[in-house]
Amino acid sequence: MRRQGLLLALALAAAIVLPLVAPGYLVEVGVLVFFLAFIGQSWNISGGFAGQTSFGHAVFFGTGAYTSTILQITFGWNAWLAWPAAVVAGAIVGWIIAILSFRAGLRGSYFALITLAFAEAFRILANSVSFTHAGLGMLIKADPRPANFQFRDPIWFYYLALALCIVSLLIAWQLTRDRFGARLVGVRENEDAARALGIDVFAEKVKALTLSGAIAAAGGTFYAQKYLYIDPNIAFGVDKSIEMLLVTMVGGAGTIFGPLLGALTLTGVNEATRALASIVPALKNVQPLSLIVYGVMLILIVGRLPDGLARLFHRVQRHA
Amino acid sequence: MLEVSGVSKSFGGLKAVDSASLDVRSGEIVALIGPNGAGKTTLFATLAGFHKPDAGRIVFAGRDVTGEPPHRICAAGMVRTFQITQPFARISVRENLMVGAYLRVQDRGESRRRAEAAAAQVGMAGQLDRLGADLTVAGRKRLELARALATGPRLLLLDEVMAGLNPIEIGEIVEVVRAIRASGITILLTEHVMQAVMSLADRVYVLNQGRMIAEGTPAEIAGNPAVVEAYLGHGAAGALRA
Repeated sequence: MRRQGLLLALALAAAIVLPLVAPGYLVEVGVLVFFLAFIGQSWNISGGFAGQTSFGHAVFFGTGAYTSTILQITFGWNAWLAWPAAVVAGAIVGWIIAILSFRAGLRGSYFALITLAFAEAFRILANSVSFTHAGLGMLIKADPRPANFQFRDPIWFYYLALALCIVSLLIAWQLTRDRFGARLVGVRENEDAARALGIDVFAEKVKALTLSGAIAAAGGTFYAQKYLYIDPNIAFGVDKSIEMLLVTMVGGAGTIFGPLLGALTLTGVNEATRALASIVPALKNVQPLSLIVYGVMLILIVGRLPDGLARLFHRVQRHA
Repeated sequence: MLEVSGVSKSFGGLKAVDSASLDVRSGEIVALIGPNGAGKTTLFATLAGFHKPDAGRIVFAGRDVTGEPPHRICAAGMVRTFQITQPFARISVRENLMVGAYLRVQDRGESRRRAEAAAAQVGMAGQLDRLGADLTVAGRKRLELARALATGPRLLLLDEVMAGLNPIEIGEIVEVVRAIRASGITILLTEHVMQAVMSLADRVYVLNQGRMIAEGTPAEIAGNPAVVEAYLGHGAAGALRA
């Protein structure tokens, strides 16, 4: 226990010091890792802890990105004020999708498919209606001042992403030690048993997806502010949904550190394969090489380590 | 404590439970027996809210709970176990029990304390850190029992907690069930192990093809020709006597 605490403190110190000494490239990679870990944790709450596998978490991510961007561009809101509004919007979308799907009794692959359908419907809508500027996408005017949630020095995005990641870890940690989290795990492990033990399975699943939607939406706003541009494919495309799912599955679904481990691993693989492709001429045309490696990794993990990389660190990482 | 009157439940054209009535008084152990397919598990599932009855009334502790969802019925104090055990497989026994204990308490420490007390009550104190999936059949049966106990029930519905156990394990569970009753919890159980029914139950109901065909003390039931025939076939009672 004490050793764990020490390790965590060291990791945190390293994460804080890193951007001060590392080259700018590594800082950007760090932003990506913490951002992925954050949105991955959103997936982990509903998919890992509560066991409701979603293929369409981009619907929440995109809702957040579009909500804050529209509020800024169309209504002239300050980005910092638009952020909590985006979080609320993500929670509402999560709540509605949960009510519709779980009231209809959708579970397992049916639930996964309906979330995918929602994300695709949102993507097509965002592509068609005028208040999202349709397929053109939305460009946030660059005005790099901290008051605008824009920073000239990427180090601030790095620290913000780190803070978000820590918040998401704390939420997951809390889930491993409170009643809500225990009930989600009960729902995941066996719905009938959970029901017999007095758990309102429907209500707990709705709460989980609402919380998850809120977190993913917070990630959406962060992304929009970092890149100052979103379009329907970036916001609601299946890529984001898969990324969230993948980092969590690789790292360890239903564990505190799974999404972070997964984000570190996948980002590392991604950067390594890119470097490799630029060095080895034969690999130049194999693009993107990282997807092939992801595929192999996923096969290995599902086959050999179904509880993810976190399993390598602890005998039992799942909690109630 | 529990009054069931005229409860029916059909699946398609099959009448699984046909106007069954029974009552359980506070502090009793009541057994519900019957041949395979008699409708015992269906009746249990209906009492616990897993099926909505087509007809009839279920009153628990003075409150009409007919058609209420399982989590409300459990919160009211009537908890079922499953004949086919349903452990939370990938979490520890302690965590399994804590999920149950959280019904009455929000605090983690208190939930843990209740979980450990429930484990001790069924003789699982030494297995708290094992995973649900790693338990033996007997262990799973005990886990079912302990998890239901952890919810702080007034009435336990035990669905064949002894099925699949060897005679020594059955003897142990019988003692556990007795101790649970002694702690003030009322028990309604279904069982195929007659030796256990005879030694445990104050009263016995017999269900056959969805209908309640007899009620009485274990001794009365054992001598009831209708019951013998339900198990052994028409005319069996006469043949046995002869």
